[in-house]
Amino acid sequence: MQHVSPVREPLVTGGKSYHDVTQDVCRQVEAAPNVRWMAALSVALFFLGIFLYSVYRTLWYGIGEWGLNKTVGWAWDITNFVWWVGIGHAGTLISAVLLLFRQKWRSSINRAAEAMTIFAVICAAMFPVLHMGRPWLAFYVFPLQNTLGSLWANFNSPLLWDVFAISTYFTVSLVFWYTGLVPDFATIRDRAKGPIAKVAYSLLSMGWTGSAKHWSRYETVSLILAGVSTPLVLSVHTIVSMDFATSVVPGWHTTIFPPYFVAGAIFSGFAMVLTLMLITRVVFKLEDYITMEHIALMNKIMMITGSIVGVAYITEFFIAWYSQVEFEQYAFINRATGPYWWAYASMMTCNVITPQLVWIRKVRYSIPLTFILSIIVNIGMWFERFVIIVTSLHRDYLPSSWVMFSPSIIDIGIYVGTLGLFFTLFLLFAKFFPVINMAEVKTVLKYTVDNGPTYTGHDPHHDLIHKPTTHGVPATAPVNYNKHD
Amino acid sequence: MTKRFALGIFDDEDVLMHAIENVRAAGVKIHEVFTPFPIHGIDDALGIERSRLPIAAFFYGMCGLAFALWMQIYMLGFDWPMIIGGKPHIALPAFIPVSFELTVFFTCHGMVITFYTISKLYPRWRTPVLDVRSTDDKFVMAIELNENSDLNGLSKLLRENGASEVNEKEMTKN
Repeated sequence: MQHVSPVREPLVTGGKSYHDVTQDVCRQVEAAPNVRWMAALSVALFFLGIFLYSVYRTLWYGIGEWGLNKTVGWAWDITNFVWWVGIGHAGTLISAVLLLFRQKWRSSINRAAEAMTIFAVICAAMFPVLHMGRPWLAFYVFPLQNTLGSLWANFNSPLLWDVFAISTYFTVSLVFWYTGLVPDFATIRDRAKGPIAKVAYSLLSMGWTGSAKHWSRYETVSLILAGVSTPLVLSVHTIVSMDFATSVVPGWHTTIFPPYFVAGAIFSGFAMVLTLMLITRVVFKLEDYITMEHIALMNKIMMITGSIVGVAYITEFFIAWYSQVEFEQYAFINRATGPYWWAYASMMTCNVITPQLVWIRKVRYSIPLTFILSIIVNIGMWFERFVIIVTSLHRDYLPSSWVMFSPSIIDIGIYVGTLGLFFTLFLLFAKFFPVINMAEVKTVLKYTVDNGPTYTGHDPHHDLIHKPTTHGVPATAPVNYNKHD
Repeated sequence: MTKRFALGIFDDEDVLMHAIENVRAAGVKIHEVFTPFPIHGIDDALGIERSRLPIAAFFYGMCGLAFALWMQIYMLGFDWPMIIGGKPHIALPAFIPVSFELTVFFTCHGMVITFYTISKLYPRWRTPVLDVRSTDDKFVMAIELNENSDLNGLSKLLRENGASEVNEKEMTKN
């Protein structure tokens, strides 16, 4: 059991009782949708419409609808794919890695962050599937014998590794998220008044009753899922980076790619978590659960990963010079000073310089500045992928095939369309599912109250001190229950 | 079949933990405890055995690893050997990513399916619970009653140990 120092900031403010947590989280699930939510959903649905139209054009007329050409065969699609997958990684980082490190502050943000992971991976998956041109043949990527004979998939190809990585990542994240949701669905079910809500949440809650035996197994399952998700999330972006790193294209063929991509993924993911949380906490009045402390902590992680990404950019340049390979050197000089210098400059400004502002305490604790910063980081990370992909491709070994890439309106439509898809899913989640993990927040409530004595855990040398506002009944004696810790 | 239960309702998990020890020491068999969140050490207090799910998870993981290796070696090494980039047919380093992913896939899904199956958790139209507040803010200790049970004595025992209410409830199990 952990000892919490009294100098620590409380994780949940406002002196909440267990019942207050249930009330605060269930309120928006039980209330009729408000105008702001409806307005936001309408905007999201409009962009979803743009997405569907662009997909229709892509499938009906073919990939020629996109701005790709002979030299630049990968551009916005793979940029968006990597961008979305990267955003998704913060959710797993919060739910799995921070669980293993016993970072209790994660409990009020993990649910929404995991939801973000799942929706971001759905958006990401759209791009490779659409780039197939004939997505109805998507099953060819799986090792099924094709109709022509006994030809199998090529297991030496990083693109096939990607298929396995993304499908494992998506299904594991979904199961992890859903298992965490089950106890909270049971809470909503037991409070539900309407017959439809009762049946719907009863189906969703899988008959959860909160018995001690189930909780014990649930904790075991959560811990092991966290344990396997941690290497999984690292492997997924490693494999995504290998899509590039295992090729022989100058600018892509770099051993630094896996750690560099993983750091970039966490960086952009935390930016997106911040963007979403800053809106969610205000719209659903959850300021006591997602506190300034959470925002500052996430800002710090963003700054650290941003710095790692900055070091990676500089290392790439150094290695290009040090390698003495003329093509490698040209790829990097062209990246910084060539026709796409503006994309490179945006990437450097947004990803390396702006996050350093977080060193200033005022910035870290400022909601408007954090919001702007998180948007800037997401723009910067989009440019990073664009820079890596397009500037490496557009001037290849043959100067006669050097070209510029410009996206078509359909390219743009699919990209902004996936934002619509993402926000549609996120808004539906925020309305019908509990956005905060109630059960888990209740476990951290007791030793993080700010208007009562600090709970010292099951430490035999301390008396159990009770917070009077939350719990009326005092313990009869200090007891040490945990025999094994 | 209808069963009768005495329900001790507690407001605080530390009081509950203390009560569990005393109730068990008094020789009363606790049928089940329902709590709104996991409580550390409650499995020891109730005498619940440590879950063997980690062993199952390891087993599923090994199955996944074996399946992945067999699949890749059989398909590319024996069934339809292809020369890809001049590499050997069985290029084990290139098989690492898929083997890892399938190990994780099998571990996770095998364990979660086992968890739902052994806990008898599946979607139901309606879920009867002994006390609806046990998923909100109350800690409910359920003690099964039979013809010989001394409800008054039980009620006294629970109240002495900090229960804020003691109720009697019938539950039909199908």
